[in-house]
Amino acid sequence: MSESTVQIALVLPDLLGTYGDFGNAVVLDKRMKWRGISSEIVTVNFGEPVPETCDIYVVGGGEDTAQTLAVRHLREHPGLQRAVTRGATVLGVCAGIQIFGESFTRADEITHPGLGLIDSTSHAGGSRAIGEVLAKPAHGLFDGVLTGFENHQGRTVLGPAARPLAHVTVGTGNDGKNEGAVQGKIVCTYLHGPVLPRNPALADMLIEWATGRKVEPLELPAVTQMRAERLKAAGQRAEV
Amino acid sequence: MSSKLSQKMGLGAGGMIGGRVALKLDPQALRRLASGKHVALVTGTNGKTTSTMMLARAVGALGEVATNHSGANMPDGHVTALSKQPDAPYAVLEVDEGYFPAVAVAAQPSVAVLLNLSRDQLDRVGEVRTIERSLRDVISGLQNCTVIANCDDVMVTSAAKDARRVVWVATGTGWHQDSASCPRCGEPIRWQGEHWTCTHCDLARPKPDWVTSNGHLIAPNASKVELKLRLPGVFNQANAVMATAAATKLGVPIEEAVRRLRGVSNVAGRYRSIIRSGRAARLLLSKNPAGWSETLTVVKEAEHPAVLVINANEADGRDLSWLWDVPFERLRGRRVVASGERATDLAVRLTYAEVEHTIVPDPMKAIDSLPIGPVEVIANYTAFRDLNARAADE
Ligand SMILES: [Zn+2]
Repeated sequence: MSESTVQIALVLPDLLGTYGDFGNAVVLDKRMKWRGISSEIVTVNFGEPVPETCDIYVVGGGEDTAQTLAVRHLREHPGLQRAVTRGATVLGVCAGIQIFGESFTRADEITHPGLGLIDSTSHAGGSRAIGEVLAKPAHGLFDGVLTGFENHQGRTVLGPAARPLAHVTVGTGNDGKNEGAVQGKIVCTYLHGPVLPRNPALADMLIEWATGRKVEPLELPAVTQMRAERLKAAGQRAEV
Repeated sequence: MSSKLSQKMGLGAGGMIGGRVALKLDPQALRRLASGKHVALVTGTNGKTTSTMMLARAVGALGEVATNHSGANMPDGHVTALSKQPDAPYAVLEVDEGYFPAVAVAAQPSVAVLLNLSRDQLDRVGEVRTIERSLRDVISGLQNCTVIANCDDVMVTSAAKDARRVVWVATGTGWHQDSASCPRCGEPIRWQGEHWTCTHCDLARPKPDWVTSNGHLIAPNASKVELKLRLPGVFNQANAVMATAAATKLGVPIEEAVRRLRGVSNVAGRYRSIIRSGRAARLLLSKNPAGWSETLTVVKEAEHPAVLVINANEADGRDLSWLWDVPFERLRGRRVVASGERATDLAVRLTYAEVEHTIVPDPMKAIDSLPIGPVEVIANYTAFRDLNARAADE
């Protein structure tokens, strides 16, 4: 709680925690603690106000109903939007990319307004994209290949103010070409797995954005081995 | 012949194909076979097989019981079970939650047991809310059915609330993570101790008729009976009280129901121990976050080393994100081996949970890697199935 403690807000895990998104907060927390950076996870449940003073906000994925409720909640308690204005770092996964955009249109053709934090619109695609994904980080944002598992029907089109997070080599992502979005210090992605355990370089990028300091690499053999296995599995998917 | 083929193909204990052919020949087979019987259906995300076995044992006090022991819990499995014992006056059937509406309409149960509803493998099964809604719709229309429902589970309560007759059971178990918002109106659910209530509509925890309490049950007549189960864990106590409430509804005296279901010790290979080069390995199955969470509390009862076996085949769900919903942190300080086809994914989860571990992908070798003595083996669906098959071969 001291001023030097980096606070990670885990936003509405009870609504948007469908894909183990708790894992993203844990990875940020541990990767800071193991480097001697004081950090803590602040859980914000459905029905509770969203604090505006946290350093990193992690928003997960959820079903349609949950997503609608989450948007309503985040409007009623606009702590996240205020934090963004202040320059906080944000990770939005799966539903996050739709919630943060200008609007999202469901399979029933009803268009719902998003929070307008990202210059993007989302709509329901024809088929559900399910499986391992590989993508090359855009603009040299971070090292290595982005890996994850996707399971979504949404397709997302980015406007000029948003940039893609990565370019898809295996899988679908936003539209079969681009994956995710970056705007200011907001990062969105369709990938779970969860995404940060799979992609330590992305986790460290978020940590550097939030703390304003460079962090040293962290050698975790299990993570290196898992990345190799997942890259191989996705590569086999590409050959099919 | 088809039953043998089914066994060869590894489709369970030969319970499927016979029923599948029968249903093709006669789509009304289930309705026809069930008519005239006292039928009890058991559904929910976790504990179905155990509760069904317990209830079938208890109802055995009244007469012959047809039941689908092998866990073949879809309509073809029900047809097979009922065809095998056409003269049995009672049927106790485990039903996959997705098939429950169709089976309930055909079988017209006198008792329906609703254990719990939580997320299962996500890239395979529908949303929890969709299932709750479909159960609610069919249950409100069942004419002569008493629903035995777990009132500590928000989703189950909503599904059962509109039934003509409900017996509420406080099981002390419920997975809160899928019920932050009310299944009826979407507003937040508030918990205060064991009590819960919707902040907007009238959905709230009903007053229980039966209570599960510390290895005992408290019946509606306030009598207290010690369960003394051979199966471990509070969730098996919950299963036992649900089964007793259902058996009592069918006419079995409470004490007799408990005495009978107490005998269940091995459920389709679960909880049994295999002896392997001096190590007694107890096999535990866990298929989803709620199941793992419960199993980890069982394992906590003793400080034995644990082998955790994770696969991600079609039947397990290909996406392992759910590993992060399981509180593996509880295993800190214990000797743990990560195993299975996706041992490395598990190892990453354990690393971040700060649980010391080794990685041995072959589960038999993983057991061998531990010191002589008792070992707990927790495996997900296909990992458990393969392990049981290998244990039988050796
Ligand atoms: Zn409500």
